[in-house]
Amino acid sequence: MSEIETIETEALRAIDGAGDLQALDAVRVAELGKKGRVSGLMKTLGQMSPEQRQDMGPKLNALKNRVADAVEARKAVLEDAALEAQLATEKLDLTLPPRPEPVGALHPVMQVFEEIAAIFGDMGFTVAEGPDIEDDWHNFTALNFPEGHPARETHDTFFMETPEGGDPKVLRTHTSPVQIRTMMTEKPPIRIIAPGRVYRNDWDATHTPMFHQVEGLVIEKDIHMGHLKGCLIDFVKAFFEVDEVEARFRPHFFPFTEPSAEMDVKYTKKGETIEIGAGDRWMEILGSGMVHPNVLRNCGINPDEYQGFAFGMGVDRLAMLKYGMPDLRPYFEADAVWTRHYGFRPWLMPSISGGLS
Amino acid sequence: MKFPLSWLKDYLDTDASLDELLGFMLKAGLEVEEVINPAEDLKAFTVCKVKAAEPHPDADKLRVCTVDTVDGEKQIVCGAPNARAGMTAIYAPLGAYIPGLDFSLDKKPRKIRGVESQGMMCSTKELNAGEDHDGIADLDDAIKLGTPAAEALGLDDPVIDFEVTPNRPDWLGVKGIARDLAAAGAGTFIDDPVRKVAGSYDCPITIELDDPEACPVFAGALIRGVENGPSPEWLQARLKAVGITPKSLLVDVTNYISIDRARPLHAYDAAKLAGAIRARLGKDSEHCDALDGKTYQVNSEMCVIADDSGVIGLGGVMGGESTAVSDTTTDVFIESAWFDPLRTARTGRTTGIISDARYRFERGVDPASCVEGVHLALRLITEYGGGAASKVSVAGEAPRRTEPVEFFKRDVARLTGLEIKPAAMKKTLKALGFNIEDTGETWLLKVPSWRFDVEQSADIVEEIARLEGYDALPTTSLPNPGGKRLVATQIQDRVRTARRALAARGFLETVTWSFMPKAFAEQFGGGADVLTVSNPVASELNQMRPSILGNLAMAAQRGVDHGERELRLFEAGPIYLGDGPKDQRSVIAALVRPHQPRHWSGVGGYDVYAAKADLFAVLDAIGQPPARFQVDAPKQPHWHPGQAASLKLGPKVTIAHFGALHPRVLKTLKVDGPLYGFELNLNAVPQMKAKPNKTKPVLEKADLTPIRRDFAFVVDEDTAAGDIVKAAHGADKALVSAVDVFDVYQGQGIEPGSKSIAIEVTLQPRGESLKDADIEAISEKIVAAVAKSTGGVLRG
Repeated sequence: MSEIETIETEALRAIDGAGDLQALDAVRVAELGKKGRVSGLMKTLGQMSPEQRQDMGPKLNALKNRVADAVEARKAVLEDAALEAQLATEKLDLTLPPRPEPVGALHPVMQVFEEIAAIFGDMGFTVAEGPDIEDDWHNFTALNFPEGHPARETHDTFFMETPEGGDPKVLRTHTSPVQIRTMMTEKPPIRIIAPGRVYRNDWDATHTPMFHQVEGLVIEKDIHMGHLKGCLIDFVKAFFEVDEVEARFRPHFFPFTEPSAEMDVKYTKKGETIEIGAGDRWMEILGSGMVHPNVLRNCGINPDEYQGFAFGMGVDRLAMLKYGMPDLRPYFEADAVWTRHYGFRPWLMPSISGGLS
Repeated sequence: MKFPLSWLKDYLDTDASLDELLGFMLKAGLEVEEVINPAEDLKAFTVCKVKAAEPHPDADKLRVCTVDTVDGEKQIVCGAPNARAGMTAIYAPLGAYIPGLDFSLDKKPRKIRGVESQGMMCSTKELNAGEDHDGIADLDDAIKLGTPAAEALGLDDPVIDFEVTPNRPDWLGVKGIARDLAAAGAGTFIDDPVRKVAGSYDCPITIELDDPEACPVFAGALIRGVENGPSPEWLQARLKAVGITPKSLLVDVTNYISIDRARPLHAYDAAKLAGAIRARLGKDSEHCDALDGKTYQVNSEMCVIADDSGVIGLGGVMGGESTAVSDTTTDVFIESAWFDPLRTARTGRTTGIISDARYRFERGVDPASCVEGVHLALRLITEYGGGAASKVSVAGEAPRRTEPVEFFKRDVARLTGLEIKPAAMKKTLKALGFNIEDTGETWLLKVPSWRFDVEQSADIVEEIARLEGYDALPTTSLPNPGGKRLVATQIQDRVRTARRALAARGFLETVTWSFMPKAFAEQFGGGADVLTVSNPVASELNQMRPSILGNLAMAAQRGVDHGERELRLFEAGPIYLGDGPKDQRSVIAALVRPHQPRHWSGVGGYDVYAAKADLFAVLDAIGQPPARFQVDAPKQPHWHPGQAASLKLGPKVTIAHFGALHPRVLKTLKVDGPLYGFELNLNAVPQMKAKPNKTKPVLEKADLTPIRRDFAFVVDEDTAAGDIVKAAHGADKALVSAVDVFDVYQGQGIEPGSKSIAIEVTLQPRGESLKDADIEAISEKIVAAVAKSTGGVLRG
């Protein structure tokens, strides 16, 4: 056996026998290191004659490559084994709970405000606002409630303490004063909705002293009651996310509209669930009408030139109907359990294209 | 307003069924609230004939009856003592629900003591139709077999209850309802004018009107020799049907006419009257002993009825005790007057009296009905109580509207979209009692005296549209306006975003009252009298809130009391700084009631800095980089003086507060602490200017790698870390891109009274890379800037 073959046999055996990376490295140094055996043989090439070199060169290079490859191969095996051994010590109990992160939720009535804004926004309405503490003129007189008229008493108004000589203020009993504020500051054409808090002195199973309304107002030149009907039917379909809604309009009385109408929709009650749109019963959902000419005049708008309609609806009740909350009272109790159950996740942004809910 | 169907038919000739009539009411705007229809409950019951009644073989008190019924011959076991052969009775078939007993008969025949019974014969009590319980109903033998029980018992008269809107006082009389329903197409109106009673002598009682504005007309008449017994049965039945307890003929007749024609009257015992009767304004020293047994203070605003003895009634509201009719009354004076609605309403509010008369007068009684009302009363009283009527005496004159209303035909289509022929419009208006002068495009309408709600063309449009029926209205979607959609204001958009930022960070959204207790509001810098509700629904809801935090704190306590541990609550809503239209602020408040979490990995709890992080996250979400604001001492009284801060933009504008609530506030609110949170005033946050386009600014990305260097400064312990950060930033604004505090240390190696603050400064070179000498130079500038601003020295 030649020396080359002997060295190769021994080297490969030592490589195979190396139990860990350290031992392998010792073998590598002993064979391929500066003072190693293979390196030693390689150095002899320089002293050889050209003929010898031509013969031995390829053989020695082949030896060096085979040993080096064997070292690499073994290294990969040992590294793998080492990693496995390390991983075996790194086991975590992933049944343990993650770090606590509180889960938030949005209040249904605020969500429903946004749904309503999305629907009317698509019909070209913008959102207007007005103050909760109103004067008598905006809340009643400008809206054609005659002073001392019994129609005012039906509103169960909250009054503010009035300082000597001051204007008596009320908490607005409806969002309709925003109609007045809008018409006083903007010129037609007008299409607004006015969501907000309203107040009435009444507290029982179905009334709370504070609740939410959305007012709507459209003032243009050619708007008639057919538009009122069309607009509100379109709204109800979009809001309840149904294709068809059977609706009826009934005459009613509101001082600030003439003619006035209440809107009823058909519904079915299946157990505790209410389905809006069709069925065997009627439910009143809002009040509406053509803006009274006196109201237009009070705001400096000529009723012979401009006309339009207004409507108002109770948002808390709409939310109850759509999402099945059985009771109005927990709305304002900041009850965490209720909010987690009936609330909405923050990523739900109501839109016409993406769906309301 | 309630009325039985039979009463309506006095004035409405109709073949319409009950359901059809309800449909006409709906169409005309009479919103039905309830239909009380005893016939509905009694549908299953019919009249039967008892052919034989034999004793039960096994029970002394039972009889086995053979009965002819609508279902054929039946054997019925009956326990009634009065059951006998030849009797006409009421039959309940198997399975029928017996309303007075609240149970249903078995569907299959049942054996009673061994004898099969195939139904039941009922008493009126078992049918909720009477009180007699001597046995089963024993009916007139003339009633045919199979007649519905409701008809046989005279209970086939449904009572309709509906809402009278404040604009239609004429619906407070059955006749007025009939007129509207006839106009709606339900039948023919029967006007039935009152036949006048020719009095046999002049009314001896003088009527005087001192204030024609308060009481412009007063008609009256005397009846002598009346017997004031019970009123006739038909009249009593009608009053009972509408919920009025019959008292005596004189009282019942006045009540009847009030319901029949919305014409309130008053009956005086003429023997108790002293001198002339007079409608005048009251005097502050007077009082009135009213019919309800109470004494009311009179004032000079009220219209009173007086005689020589003083006040004997509050005009249009309630009569007086001293001149009231009684069983022994023989001479009665009938008053039929007209009182000013607003004055009547004020008197009603001042006295708190609720009466049928007030309800009608304050909404408006037909002034033309005074004389007719007296005649009707005279007719009914003399017919049923005898006596001799005087001639009717009338003082003053009924107010009359002379100005016609101008109606423009085109307004119907213009306002409603309905195309209605003029002839149809005329028919409707005539049916409602309008007198029409057709002058072409414009009609001049004389408004009937019972209508107070018709002033202009739009009011006429409503009459025509409602009686045509709103079902006929076109359904037209709103034309699309096109163009850009700016749906919400910037504040509304920010509310929307901020709510989502907070919910995503684990907060529950609440909507709490705009109110809070006044004493609590004072703790939050509020409590002004102009923000106090003078008539609160509850004493703890008597003040408009100056901050949302108090309500959140109370809510958090309620939650904890119910077993919640950590609670993170927020609300986006209004606060009130004054009672003017511009004093309301739109704020976002968040409050955390912390609870140290127990977690195997040992995580930290919520604290002041977490509240700051949440506030900054909200600011960031609404496009306001938090770094542009300065942290300063708190300016509101409800914050912990050392553990809370205000966030300012420049020296004047405070946009938010954050930190821990003041322990004194927690004590007042009876809330356990600590509580951490913030309140952000969205009105104070700068509005972003609308840009002409939506393009974003060009990206400026540095090519060179940023360099980070750490510095630790020893400063006085009162020095704010923020000042060090600000100084380091200011050392080279172009190069220093970030300064972060990563350590605060007090203790060994640092002298007492001092602390060490370590910062990491990020340098972002642009264009050219920094050489060691450059970094050295900037480091020196930073150290110098911090030293100058805070006296801090580099920690050795």
